[in-house]
Amino acid sequence: MKKLIEFKNIVKGFDDTIVLKGINLTIHENEFVTLLGPSGCGKTTLLRILGGFIEQNNGEVYFDGIEISKLPPYKREINTVFQRYALFPHMNVYDNIAFGLRIKKTSEEIIKQKVEKMLRLVGLVGFEKRAVTLLSGGQQQRVAIARALVNEPMVLLLDEPLGALDLKLRKEMQIELKKIQKEVGITFIYVTHDQEEALTMSDKIVVMNEGEIQQIGTPTDIYNEPENRFVADFIGESNILEGIMHDDYVVSFDGITFDCVDYGFHDNEDVDIVIRPEDIDIVSVEQGKIHGQVISSLFKGVHFEVFVKSAHREWMIHTTDPVVINDQVGLSFYPEDIHVMSKLGAY
Amino acid sequence: MKLYRSFVQPYLFWMGVFIVVPMLLILFYAFTTSGNNIISFRFTLDNFIRFGEPIFLRVLLRSLSIALTTTIISILIGYPVAYLISQSNERMQTLLILLITIPMWINMLVRTYAWIGILSENGLINSFLAWLGLPTLNLMYTDFAVILGMVYNFLPFMILSIYTVLAKLDKALIQASYDLGANKFQTFTKIILPLSVPGIISGITLVFLPAVSTFVIPKFLGGGNYVLIGNLIETQFITVGQWNFGSAISMIMASVIMLSMFITKRFDQDIEEIQSRKEVG
Ligand SMILES: Nc1ncnc2c1ncn2[C@@H]1O[C@H](COP(=O)(O)OP(=O)(O)OP(=O)(O)O)[C@@H](O)[C@H]1O
Ligand SMILES: [Mg+2]
Repeated sequence: MKKLIEFKNIVKGFDDTIVLKGINLTIHENEFVTLLGPSGCGKTTLLRILGGFIEQNNGEVYFDGIEISKLPPYKREINTVFQRYALFPHMNVYDNIAFGLRIKKTSEEIIKQKVEKMLRLVGLVGFEKRAVTLLSGGQQQRVAIARALVNEPMVLLLDEPLGALDLKLRKEMQIELKKIQKEVGITFIYVTHDQEEALTMSDKIVVMNEGEIQQIGTPTDIYNEPENRFVADFIGESNILEGIMHDDYVVSFDGITFDCVDYGFHDNEDVDIVIRPEDIDIVSVEQGKIHGQVISSLFKGVHFEVFVKSAHREWMIHTTDPVVINDQVGLSFYPEDIHVMSKLGAY
Repeated sequence: MKLYRSFVQPYLFWMGVFIVVPMLLILFYAFTTSGNNIISFRFTLDNFIRFGEPIFLRVLLRSLSIALTTTIISILIGYPVAYLISQSNERMQTLLILLITIPMWINMLVRTYAWIGILSENGLINSFLAWLGLPTLNLMYTDFAVILGMVYNFLPFMILSIYTVLAKLDKALIQASYDLGANKFQTFTKIILPLSVPGIISGITLVFLPAVSTFVIPKFLGGGNYVLIGNLIETQFITVGQWNFGSAISMIMASVIMLSMFITKRFDQDIEEIQSRKEVG
């Protein structure tokens, strides 16, 4: 895939707080990239720099090989679906979608064809003359997407487009958005602070925290191989503990030494370790290296969420087998389920 | 609830005394002949018929045209000013709005009087012209002076009501317009201007109504022979003592004002309707 966008060492501050602390990121053609991070970490700011609404204090943005920092928004082949849609309240659905084309002086006949195609794509045929202020959240959302896509941009920026929708509608729209992206075959840059949303939709996830990129990778990479404690914690519930890396492939925590698959750390380096709840098996006391007492078990629909109290900590375990509260049990996991992360944290 | 409602009662009482009763009296006077007392009176439409005389109709027409001119000038000056204020940073906005509001704290009479000092024969402007060796101008007691006085007095209402709408305008809409390829000018004509129409409409109401009914400004800046409808009413009550005719003119004025409010309101709704129903293609 061809490189389309490159952020090089982007720094941005407002007043005296630095919001982006040197972002380096490459985005390819046709990629579905998600910026994931807690509220206030700088996701919208990064998008706004790409859209051309604000300028970085430092660093460069390349689009198709050309530095675009000085280009005004209306000259960029990028369209945005705004965090709160920003539909024009004085125009109906049709006129909202037609806005960009009319600016480009497209003939009304072609506009009509294109708008109708978009309405079919987002499932709003027959809504042409509706006032946008009278549409439901999900419908407004679709109009905003159609209004941006009708201009056939090379990149679509979506800033938490599903944030205002209820859970069910959100799931539906997630699938639909992914489908739309495949159909139109352009790059989507998607912002969310919902890790599940990021995992289901993206080709590539960029995890951010406090203006810094923590990790870039595919959803499976990010989930299975978090690079630091923050990522591990942010992506799904986890057991995160501290340990010591004695040697390549040998780690110890809670006073016990384990085999693992990680290497390349200093001898006796202090490390963070993550073990996903679904990777832990509950076994008999004799079979487990770690043992403890079951203190709670909660049925979660597909699995049980079990907490086991060992000598050093409480473990969270996801299992499909029911357990008995107050039983003594052993815990077991494979070497590849122990993910060792550097404490330095930085990406 | 009951308790609160009882607090409202004195308010309702005084409102009745000071607003409703005088209005009823005006209504009563307008439809009766002079020299009545409460016990014996005669109804008549003569007061209204008298207003049909060309001399009075001309006054009405003149009042409307002066008020209209004032309103149009206020929009032409007020819109750009309001727009520029809304574009400046927050601290500057507060300051500028304060600067516009402060003169309104001073009595209109005083401010209008000040203009006499500026415009009169030996006033500021003419002294300056004389000092430059230029011929002096006859500024006082003209339409120009009256309109100037009105624009000066009522412009802040126009600015404030347009500014209020512009300041509330969602910045994301403007960004969305840029995002979709519109430049600054297109964004202004297609997004900002249409969305600020409600501000212009309420500005029109706030400027046109006082402009059509004021009697202080034409009296001071237009001189004794300069008669607008407000002056006419004032003279009928205070100088001539024809309360009945004065009341009838007041009634007519009130109707004109209500009609113009109705029209602007309709206009506002029509725009909204056109916008939400615009034909496809
Ligand atoms: N125009 C601005 N002036 C001052 N500070 C700003 C401005 N825009 C953003 N910030 C600050 O920059 C930080 C990052 O904001 P940003 O909107 O990028 O966060 P975000 O990651 O999009 O968060 P959210 O998930 O809540 O939308 C925040 O602390 C915010 O207060
Ligand atoms: Mg944001």
